[in-house]
Amino acid sequence: MTLKHESNTTSKVLMELKNLSKSFDGHQAVRHVDLKIYEGEIFALLGGSGCGKSTLLRMLSGFELPTEGSILFAGEDIAKVPPYKRPFNMMFQSYALFPHMTVEANVAYGLKQDKMKKADIDARVSEMLKLVHMEEYRKRKPDQLSGGQRQRVALARSLAKKPRLLLLDEPMGALDKKLRGEMQLELVDIIKQVGVTCVMVTHDQEEAMTMADRIAVMQAGEILQIGSPHDIYEYPNCRFVADFIGTVNLFDGTIADEEPAFVVIDVPNLAAPIYIDHGISGPGGNRRVNIAIRPEKVRMSATPPEEKYNWGKGIIDDLAYLGQHSIYHILLPDNQFVQVTQTNDNRRERPFELEQEIYLHWTPDACVVLEE
Amino acid sequence: MKALTMRWYKLRQSAWLKPRNSVIAIPYLWLLLFFLVPFVIVLKISFAEAQIAIPPYTDLITLANDQLSININLGNFVWLFNDDLYFSAYLSSIRIALVSTLFCLLIGYPMALAISRAPASSRNVLLLLVILPSWTSFLIRIYAWIGILKPNGYINNALMAMGVIDTPIVMLHTDFAVYVGIVYAYLPFMILPLYANMMKLDHSLVEASSDLGASPVTTLFKVIIPLTKAGIIAGCMLVFIPAVGEFVIPELLGGPETLMIGKILWEEFFNNRDWPVASAVAIIMLALLILPIMWFDRYQNKQMEEQS
Repeated sequence: MTLKHESNTTSKVLMELKNLSKSFDGHQAVRHVDLKIYEGEIFALLGGSGCGKSTLLRMLSGFELPTEGSILFAGEDIAKVPPYKRPFNMMFQSYALFPHMTVEANVAYGLKQDKMKKADIDARVSEMLKLVHMEEYRKRKPDQLSGGQRQRVALARSLAKKPRLLLLDEPMGALDKKLRGEMQLELVDIIKQVGVTCVMVTHDQEEAMTMADRIAVMQAGEILQIGSPHDIYEYPNCRFVADFIGTVNLFDGTIADEEPAFVVIDVPNLAAPIYIDHGISGPGGNRRVNIAIRPEKVRMSATPPEEKYNWGKGIIDDLAYLGQHSIYHILLPDNQFVQVTQTNDNRRERPFELEQEIYLHWTPDACVVLEE
Repeated sequence: MKALTMRWYKLRQSAWLKPRNSVIAIPYLWLLLFFLVPFVIVLKISFAEAQIAIPPYTDLITLANDQLSININLGNFVWLFNDDLYFSAYLSSIRIALVSTLFCLLIGYPMALAISRAPASSRNVLLLLVILPSWTSFLIRIYAWIGILKPNGYINNALMAMGVIDTPIVMLHTDFAVYVGIVYAYLPFMILPLYANMMKLDHSLVEASSDLGASPVTTLFKVIIPLTKAGIIAGCMLVFIPAVGEFVIPELLGGPETLMIGKILWEEFFNNRDWPVASAVAIIMLALLILPIMWFDRYQNKQMEEQS
């Protein structure tokens, strides 16, 4: 299997993390991370709580000293440079707006540290507030603003100094669900408009996929996979990534026939073997493999398919009609459940019914073989 | 009959008999009994005249020969304003209290900041160390300073042993000793409100300041200090107000030239047995202190309004 090439390989590397580790009292929060951040990209660190993504971000901003490894920026190791000397700015999860200062003073705060002229500061503050559509709130205090407005001010403040790198810590974490969707796209618009490189931390895979050019999936302090949202979703490299991003059905199987151009895998719970139309590189001598298939790539029919490969038989155990699509839970032999989503693209077609016996099938390129 | 039940019903409805209000009434009752009543008694005595009797002052209201007379004597207050001693004692008390408060703040603020930044496990121990001295008698602790500051006390002995000085430095019975005593005794009252305030400070604000390019010193003055203003004011009030009326510390550690209103009060009461003048001294002191207290109260209310 060949991974699609990273879309940014032609861009310049802005920052490189080499063998970066961090331990707290013997607990390793980040383990040997190697990572390149390219200029102009939005890069998301995605993972569950305690996966080390926030610690990694805090090492980039300078709030945590790495135990080991280096952070190369403009040819220099900045791992030990204090935060106030780094040309990076962060938008905090809680926004961390200074409650005793007006919106204007908050945005101007960073500029004042650079000993900028007052007129220049004023101009820059206006420009920033205009960018985030908060001009008419410049005299307000943060506690007179709504959550979304605070986020805009926080964004303006973190962009005011023209940082080389913008760090976003759970940017939508403090917003309600409805506002999130709108802000995600607007935030990307603003970041792209300014042209700043951005590293964000999130636990929300949808947010990462909406906003980021590339995603690193983290678990237990390690990066498991780096790739575009499409790569991560369609070509997960391990069970954890496949499971963490979206929903996935996993089968245990044994390789029956392996050729450079195709693989045939016997799966006990399926009526027919799985046929994959490309060679695999992963497990090698290990004949037992995991096969992942996404719910939307599985088709359902009431009659058995005619193909030799790639189908199974089961009973509809549960179904949820959600309007635009339906979710089915199919019970296979040996008590394995498979989730299938079907777009309801035909008004008149009757959906399948509970307890109905049905056949599942898919195309030869739908399955991904995973390492354990 | 109906009118009677209506009246009873109205009485039940009246504010004071509601359970919620009776609970609030308890602290008011406390204040009435232990603040207002004593205050009125002192105020009354301050308008009386001294006499050799029990009690050693005249009544304000007398009934003699069917004549009810009210005698309000303003002489005590006139006396206070005519004699320079009292004016300079007030001034000196306020000066000593102000300087002590400033030193408490300068010492207490970094201490409170350090404790609030300490790891959670050692924070309580550090806080306990601040409070621990208060568990022994105040008097004994102040008395102990005599042993430290006196000419052949620990400090002088140590300095002479090291050869820094040949003759002992006079520290005891000076204003310096009074400052040391007040700062030592009232430091916990500065640290505790500051600490409480700093614990509420969102640490991400400090990080945000640093992230935006502010050095630690700039962050301290632009973010931490402005956001702990309420703690600073509370701590200063808790030190300043009792320090103005302090008696034990200037009496034990101060010299004959240490002029503090607490000492004057004691002398008027116990040496001169002039209760009315002593009461007038106390009333004026209260009047002086009420200004900063009222200002503090107004500031606190404003803060509460801003938060809500």
